[in-house]
Amino acid sequence: MYTFGIDIGSTTSKCVVMKDGTQIVGTSLLVGGIGTKSPAEAVRQALENAGVTREELAGVAATGYGRNRYEDADYHVSELSCHGLGAHHTFPGVRTIIDIGGQDAKVISLDSEGRMQNFLMNDKCAAGTGRFLDVMANILVIPVGELADYCARAKEPAQISSTCTVFAESEVISQLANGVEMEDLVAGICSSVAGRVASLAKRINIVPEVCMSGGVAQNAGVRNALSEKIGHPILFSPNAQLFGAIGAALYAWEKKQ
Amino acid sequence: MAEEVKKQRPPLDPNSAKARLGKIAAEAYSSAQEAKARGEMVGWCSSNFPVEIPETLGLAVVYPENQAAGIAARGAGERMCEISEADGYSNDICAYARISLAYAKVKSAPEQDMPQPDFLLCCNNICNCMIKWYENLSKDLNIPMIMIDIPFNPDYEVSDAELAYVRDQFWAAIHQLEELTGKKWSEEKYKEVMEISGRTSRAWLAATACARYEPSPFNGFDLLNHMAVMVTARGKLEAAEAMEKLLSEYEENHEKGVSTFRTEEKYRIMFEGIACWPWLRVTSTGLKSRGINMVTTIYADAFGFIYEDFDDMCRAYCKVPNAINLEYARDKRVKLAKDNKVEGLLVHTNRSCKLWSGFMYEMSRQIGEECNIPVASFDGDQADPRNFSEAQYDTRVQGLMEIMEARK
Repeated sequence: MYTFGIDIGSTTSKCVVMKDGTQIVGTSLLVGGIGTKSPAEAVRQALENAGVTREELAGVAATGYGRNRYEDADYHVSELSCHGLGAHHTFPGVRTIIDIGGQDAKVISLDSEGRMQNFLMNDKCAAGTGRFLDVMANILVIPVGELADYCARAKEPAQISSTCTVFAESEVISQLANGVEMEDLVAGICSSVAGRVASLAKRINIVPEVCMSGGVAQNAGVRNALSEKIGHPILFSPNAQLFGAIGAALYAWEKKQ
Repeated sequence: MAEEVKKQRPPLDPNSAKARLGKIAAEAYSSAQEAKARGEMVGWCSSNFPVEIPETLGLAVVYPENQAAGIAARGAGERMCEISEADGYSNDICAYARISLAYAKVKSAPEQDMPQPDFLLCCNNICNCMIKWYENLSKDLNIPMIMIDIPFNPDYEVSDAELAYVRDQFWAAIHQLEELTGKKWSEEKYKEVMEISGRTSRAWLAATACARYEPSPFNGFDLLNHMAVMVTARGKLEAAEAMEKLLSEYEENHEKGVSTFRTEEKYRIMFEGIACWPWLRVTSTGLKSRGINMVTTIYADAFGFIYEDFDDMCRAYCKVPNAINLEYARDKRVKLAKDNKVEGLLVHTNRSCKLWSGFMYEMSRQIGEECNIPVASFDGDQADPRNFSEAQYDTRVQGLMEIMEARK
């Protein structure tokens, strides 16, 4: 039985086709989220990758901020539950998930069977989210995907405010003007995001194992800084950005069971 | 999401509690307008100032907090906030204060007009922002401000020293008002007001306690509307009678197995904080569409005052939710959560109210642990619509519902 999960986020659209609730047979990930053409294209690509037609799908679940606008779904599930399911599928021992997406950060605690027990989310401020990194990468004229490489070469991370994206932007510009090395600035930026999210995570009882999900999980600079600040190793999967879509496909499978 | 069952609603019975309470709330403004027109002095009064004082003295007062909530609920919060922000007030200040200061300047808001004040009655048992807000009104309008200082109480009980401090101020306020308005304090009238206020409060608290029934005989959002009468008119006989009617209707609903929550009650939650007035429909629908009934909130119960004599009244005003320590505040909420069998807690992180929202991070954690219920919070504001994101609210509410569903 094939099920399908689509995660329509603020900046990207992700899809996963699963077979029998265990095997990922097709995926897609496109830049462009809610309100763009990307969700439809992501669906097309994932089905093509899997070699499966829409008619063969037994169930479809949508998640992410665009979930309620996606009409071709049997279920609309919050990304909180879906990240939980997706992370538990990948790391069965995981009990705490730190998800940093385009416009929010979440900390989700799971029970031993992968059920969500509680969660915390950031407030309305963009500091501590993927948007913060996008803004900073834009100022530094570095592709956001290369931030981790710069971070790895840092000698002395700069101090960057974690209070506000606009304040931090001013700080980065003034530090650039003062000749601070680009690598040190990037490390400071990653540490700033990690500091903000670590504070959020510490408000929930962090139970190991801990993993990261969402687009920012790809950034080893943030991941390592976060691990240090919370005092726990952080599991990482190359599929971290797909956890929401995997969870949605699993949810559809469980419902159809 | 749960399917909302659309039912044809009958026309509002003028003898129903809802109609009577709505009329009393409206008359709070119209009777003050009439008093002003007769040449009487009118006061602006903070919501937890001892209403028994102006009521006993026969003074017309109106409530800027209620007015600001009404203005915000009718869509003019941003317009009014921008007026005071242009005058230099930070948007970090309470939005009720910004709206009120704007109203004192422009003197008109079709969404909720009220007479301009001749004096101010301020009590800081709800917050200290209130003091500066009223001081500025006093200076801008060149009118007297009568202040009762009820400091935050770090102890669990009201000490004799605190009682003496507050009691003397109550009498000082009474004497100031006598001198200012020429009205005289009457012990006989006070006893009558105290009795009515107690009667109103007992009926109100008994009505809100009907949430213990499963399903609840009412939609918790009803309380947010009805509580306007508790703020403005609890010392009036018609308020006591209307609240007793409300109680009898809720009991009757329970007996008949009906509710003003007009869909299946799948989940029961407690709501924390002042309502998000500019987004009341959105916040209400986000819950109702999922079958979530907000059955109880400390915000509603906060306006039920029961006491036996003058000293007891002073103590009651020292025990309003924002004047008590974390442990006492937590215990009151835990009792509400347990009495009403709630399955989750939804916390409004109200950007206007630093005091209330500030201690909720820790308090909500303790309540969640003590009651073994999930907790979700969302950003919003009691009157400034710019501090709310519908998508973020929706995700948090759905997440809360999914945990409650998984636990069933």
